[in-house]
Amino acid sequence: MSKINRRDFIRVTAGAGLVGGTLGFPGLLMAASPKVVVIGGGVGGCTAAKYLRKLDPKIEVTLIETKKAYTSCFMSNEVLSGDRTLESLTFDYEGLKRHGVNIVIDRVTAIDLAMKSVATESGESFNYDACVVSPGVDFKWDAIEGYDAEVAETIPHAWFAGPQTMTLRKQIESMPEGGKVIIVAPPNPYKCPPGPYERAAQIAMYCKHHKPRAKILILDPKDRFSKQGLFRQGWSKLYGFGTDDSMIEWVGAAGGGTVEELDPSTRTLQAEVEEFQADVINIIPPQKAGKVAFASDLVEGDWCPVDKLTFESTRHPNVFVLGDASSAAKMPKSAYAANSQAKVAAAAIVARFNGQDPGEPTFVNTCYSILGEAHGISVAAVYSLDREANTIMPIKGSGGLSPMDASEEQRKREVSYAHSWFKNVIDDMMG
Amino acid sequence: MSRERHIIILALLALLPITALAESPTAAALSYTCAGCHGTDGSSVGPSSPSIAGMDPEIFIDAMQDYKVDKRNATIMNRIAKAYSDEQIKGMAWYFAKQKLELLPQSTDTQLVELGTTLHDKYCEKCHEEGGRSGDTGTLAGQWMPYLDYAMEDFIAGRRDYPRKMKRKVDAAIKAEGEQAMPALIHYYGSQHNSAQKEASHE
Ligand SMILES: Cc1cc2nc3c(=O)[nH]c(=O)nc-3n(C[C@H](O)[C@H](O)[C@H](O)COP(=O)(O)OP(=O)(O)OC[C@H]3O[C@@H](n4cnc5c(N)ncnc54)[C@H](O)[C@@H]3O)c2cc1C
Repeated sequence: MSKINRRDFIRVTAGAGLVGGTLGFPGLLMAASPKVVVIGGGVGGCTAAKYLRKLDPKIEVTLIETKKAYTSCFMSNEVLSGDRTLESLTFDYEGLKRHGVNIVIDRVTAIDLAMKSVATESGESFNYDACVVSPGVDFKWDAIEGYDAEVAETIPHAWFAGPQTMTLRKQIESMPEGGKVIIVAPPNPYKCPPGPYERAAQIAMYCKHHKPRAKILILDPKDRFSKQGLFRQGWSKLYGFGTDDSMIEWVGAAGGGTVEELDPSTRTLQAEVEEFQADVINIIPPQKAGKVAFASDLVEGDWCPVDKLTFESTRHPNVFVLGDASSAAKMPKSAYAANSQAKVAAAAIVARFNGQDPGEPTFVNTCYSILGEAHGISVAAVYSLDREANTIMPIKGSGGLSPMDASEEQRKREVSYAHSWFKNVIDDMMG
Repeated sequence: MSRERHIIILALLALLPITALAESPTAAALSYTCAGCHGTDGSSVGPSSPSIAGMDPEIFIDAMQDYKVDKRNATIMNRIAKAYSDEQIKGMAWYFAKQKLELLPQSTDTQLVELGTTLHDKYCEKCHEEGGRSGDTGTLAGQWMPYLDYAMEDFIAGRRDYPRKMKRKVDAAIKAEGEQAMPALIHYYGSQHNSAQKEASHE
């Protein structure tokens, strides 16, 4: 198209409809600069903030985040193998500031839905025309007796990248040769479905070089897990899985893998059938939406229901819930998913501010897992929305897993593409 | 292909209706989903997924169509390409064609770059004009080097359609310089981000 680009074109043509604009923001159509408050500076929140500004620089975007810098969970399993430092996963918010996003470091206590304002711990409040909520997950601490937030300081979950990732790394480094690590996997749904199994491989990657007689046992309350066939194949190729001498062992629900109780003093786990003792224990607890979602009445069950056309809460208008906290079946809780959902929500918010209908949404997810220095696998999906079922459906005939028995060269390329994904998704959300 | 013919084809493509079925997401919305791997608006920050900003739309369409039918070796793109209709692919092709290519410097070996310069001039420049800048033979200048490496491995191993003329030239370059030829060319293109950048911003 010539001088006038497609977006201007839409705006101009839509202008005719503005007079009668009735789509839930009646006053807004006149507001010179509508306000969006974003809660949570993780994948969903940052991406939404950046794309809102990209799509319409008139929008005033304020992002509220508790921490000064974001430490990504994705790639944090590589800290456990020693392939990466925590610093290499930590990024500040300067990039978003350059896009004109106001960054506020504070904790949101709750949304005042009637007043359309967001309250923070330090007593400030921020008015919004639209509010984006992407606080990630919180843990259900009552699931395993004897395990709570305090015990997690010494028996880490390391499911938020940060100090606990380092604690786990140090414990593995200092366990005796021939030591035993237990990973307690969570029940579905949780963030990063392949994460616990990639973690086992990353720990094995370290042990193979430094503690070749070590054992890593995964206790799992599930009978199946993400990319299972590819994990088993990769584990057996790299770590002897399936042999008597395997470094990695997996016990699923049917085998008594459900853990009921922890005795932290002896590092003993009571599972359904037997007890397990280990030198290092990593418990990944069951999960639910972040606290602020509960405090703001956005949750049904454990997660926040949304209209998947826009990611607007089905409980309260003008509030859009993204990422791990949302109930976004059939997308997994992943960074790629949160990034993709954020763009759909940003476009829907901009459309509404302009009195337009939201466009047809499109979503992609890609999750890489790195099992060894030169062994990567992936799952990919492109989705469209089934509006009637309010379900995000993978497009038939597309997507799926890396092929079984791929060549070594292909597996190696997937590692390098995994690292590319990491750099690009970080840059896309906050660069 | 001659410049003129190329431009005519592009102009013709532009006349084709981009508006797909009413239920299709917009080309921009579809293209946004690629950013996780190919960077915001198609400028990848590396280390290996290629930049697709400023890409010739025909090259984009050919690549996606080849991925769709498993004609071109891929790790993941064959699984992804199958999700899109021809119209959607065309829409994305034009979206990315209009984006400015932002390239980052890569570390290269001076000696290899020097050899690569000679090889490029002798064997490649005729088709990959102006040091391999974006055009109807793809984007080589400033492209991520691991990606170029994979691409050449795939051509040579027969995992990707290998134009006969290109094969002759590559064979000749390898015959002349042996194992050094490919790394030299890749280092040469990898070193070209500045010239490519300057030109891109003039467009
Ligand atoms: C070990 C591990 C490996 C992973 N690997 C991958 C991978 O390879 N690929 C992939 O796609 N995904 C991966 N993931 C998943 C990915 O990290 C999440 O799905 C993604 O971060 C979700 O984004 P989000 O915006 O929902 O939440 P987050 O990115 O967790 O961001 C939430 C943010 O909100 C802030 N916040 C919370 N409450 C408040 C409040 N009240 N006020 C202010 N701020 C608040 C938090 O501090 C945080 O910064 C992995 C996860 C783990 C644990």
